[in-house]
Amino acid sequence: MDLLLVNLIDGLVTGLLLFMLSAGLTLIFSMMGVLNFAHASFYMLGAYFGYQISLYMGFWMALVCAPVIVGFLGAVVERYGLRRVHQHGHVAELIFTFGLALLIEEAVQFFWGKSQVPFMPPQALDFALFSIAGNAVPAYKVFMIFVAIAIFAGLLFVLTKTRIGMIIQAALSFPRTVEALGHNVPLIFMCVFGVGTALAAVAGVIAGPVLGTFPGMAFALGSIVFVTIVVGGLGSLSGALYASLLIGWITTFAASYDVGLADILNAIGVDQPLDMRNSPWRDFWSITLSQVGPILPYLLMVLTLIFRPHGLFRKGGL
Amino acid sequence: MNKTMKGLCGAVAGALLTTSASYADTIKIAFIDPLSGPFAATGENAYHLFQYAVDAVVNDQGGVLDGDTFELIGLDNKISATETLIHLQTAIDDGVRYIVQGQSSGVAAALIDAISKHNRRNPDQQVLFLNYAAIDPALTNEACSFWHFSFDANSDLKMDALTDVIAQSPELTSGYLINQDYSFGRAVAASATAMLADKRPDITIAGDEVHPIGQVKDFTPYARKIVSSGADFVITGAWGADMYGLGTALISNGFTGPIYTYYAAASGITAGFGEAGKGSLFIVAEGQTNPPVSEEAAQYVSDFKTAFPGENFTLARTSNVMRMLAAAINEAGTATDVVAVANALEGLEIENPFGGTLYMRPDNHQLIQDVHVMAHTDEDIVNALDGSPFGLRVSDTVAAAGRDAASSCEMDRP
Repeated sequence: MDLLLVNLIDGLVTGLLLFMLSAGLTLIFSMMGVLNFAHASFYMLGAYFGYQISLYMGFWMALVCAPVIVGFLGAVVERYGLRRVHQHGHVAELIFTFGLALLIEEAVQFFWGKSQVPFMPPQALDFALFSIAGNAVPAYKVFMIFVAIAIFAGLLFVLTKTRIGMIIQAALSFPRTVEALGHNVPLIFMCVFGVGTALAAVAGVIAGPVLGTFPGMAFALGSIVFVTIVVGGLGSLSGALYASLLIGWITTFAASYDVGLADILNAIGVDQPLDMRNSPWRDFWSITLSQVGPILPYLLMVLTLIFRPHGLFRKGGL
Repeated sequence: MNKTMKGLCGAVAGALLTTSASYADTIKIAFIDPLSGPFAATGENAYHLFQYAVDAVVNDQGGVLDGDTFELIGLDNKISATETLIHLQTAIDDGVRYIVQGQSSGVAAALIDAISKHNRRNPDQQVLFLNYAAIDPALTNEACSFWHFSFDANSDLKMDALTDVIAQSPELTSGYLINQDYSFGRAVAASATAMLADKRPDITIAGDEVHPIGQVKDFTPYARKIVSSGADFVITGAWGADMYGLGTALISNGFTGPIYTYYAAASGITAGFGEAGKGSLFIVAEGQTNPPVSEEAAQYVSDFKTAFPGENFTLARTSNVMRMLAAAINEAGTATDVVAVANALEGLEIENPFGGTLYMRPDNHQLIQDVHVMAHTDEDIVNALDGSPFGLRVSDTVAAAGRDAASSCEMDRP
């Protein structure tokens, strides 16, 4: 029971981290109409810039500066790369972002090498804030939760309560009309792309110290971010939040509990064959949830695409 | 005149043919391992160590036979068996007769299978597989092959050494096994269970689980489960980002006991753990560098670091692979007839500059060498890793581990 609470917190951290990535990706999707394959690469750039800046100016400056730099880079990519490619249609855009992802990975390996870099959480947060039945909850995790919630609240406020947010929403849905009303839509798109990549960079700076900062980190997290926004409904911000939390909890709980497939099958009334030694189903019966936990989100995505192709949580709009 | 010319031409042509058939001035060795992707760091480090070993151990010492030199060709398999087999074919077409691979036992098994088939079908193009790191015990037992040589102590031999150490620590009473879900990870878990039951029946196994390899983003839930299981030590064969993720999650979530590992060092892992890993992380491996065994070994390490600044010196066996291959080629008197080279490798026994002797068991092609348990520490470190003050210091040694361990290998010999 105590472990349940700890798992809820851990899953929340994972989910909110996923949300920071998927929020930007889903906004960019609404804008471009295609998935940005390079999104997780901006997350990785955030972590590496964060590491480099933290060497000279400390973690807190890194948390501020790295997203600004990455956001600026993202805006430049949109202005001078994507915007030109956009004329040639979605396929060209898709391939462009794919190429960009590979390019960023190579660049990171070139400058920082292929090994893990020692990016550490700040000293000030390097302690256990509280513990539940012997399970320490590091202060850094709680800090991650607060940052993610602040970002969600900020985004929601800007997008729904401010004039800029209204223009962005309008521009995402009806760019031509908004342009006809005298707004600079290309500039809005550039800013959305910049903010989206900056959000990914924030996630990178705060996740780098806990999940590891290495050239494979974009690849490792990239796939799951796509899963998140597909499950949440492409283009839906609240859907991205729900899906992130759902996936965060699914993976955490699956890893925490040793529920085997045999238990589940027994529970629904299927009896395990007595002599399993030579049965071709032996491996199947011995599968445990923790063994397949990290794969479950992909299963969820496939099921979502089959039964609710618009996403589990999409109701329309943001 | 005409006749003379014809005869001369024939003699020259004949001479040319025989030269190209029997005399090769470079002996090509293909290194097939991940040089990009999530496991690139370990692959590239090994590649550099081999590049250095080829020159330092063989080429700069006058080469083999009549001054023939080794040439190392690096091929990136992205840790995929499919890519490996494509590279294997192109390498063979390119004249390569020696394949070096080590990252992932799954890939090694695929290579053994492919090479056995290839050698049966192409007796004039046979190749040898020198495995420097894939340590699934199946490779030198039921899945053994005449064409395959294992230069790292297999995971059973390492586990034997590790459990010897655990057996001598009475304070350890409950262990947790967590491994990557593939052949090697499962082999580690199985041998740990069997050997602990044999050597310390009082130790309980609090948990034995596997997780998908390279798929876990955050190891916190696994760490929670381990902490709450009450285990006082952990054994894992995880490597790369999985090892780092698991170790940091364990330490930051309050696990204080020893974490016995196969691969928790170098590639940024040592620097990443830093002070936090001191007293917690242990590794079972060959190749003692702290404290250095001999002047020669210490010199080799520092020369490597001069040749590849910023690189870690880890796999001491990379030099042993080249040392033994060169010795076998010299003994066989040929580099092209790999059957003769394989026969020369069998039973070959040479001095190991990193301590003890190296002996290639003829019955299963498992190299027998000293196996050590090393601690992650910053005290008495000569060969530090990752540019940090930390490194691995030998705390226990099992000499010639597994020299007469049973093997189920039944080899088909050509």
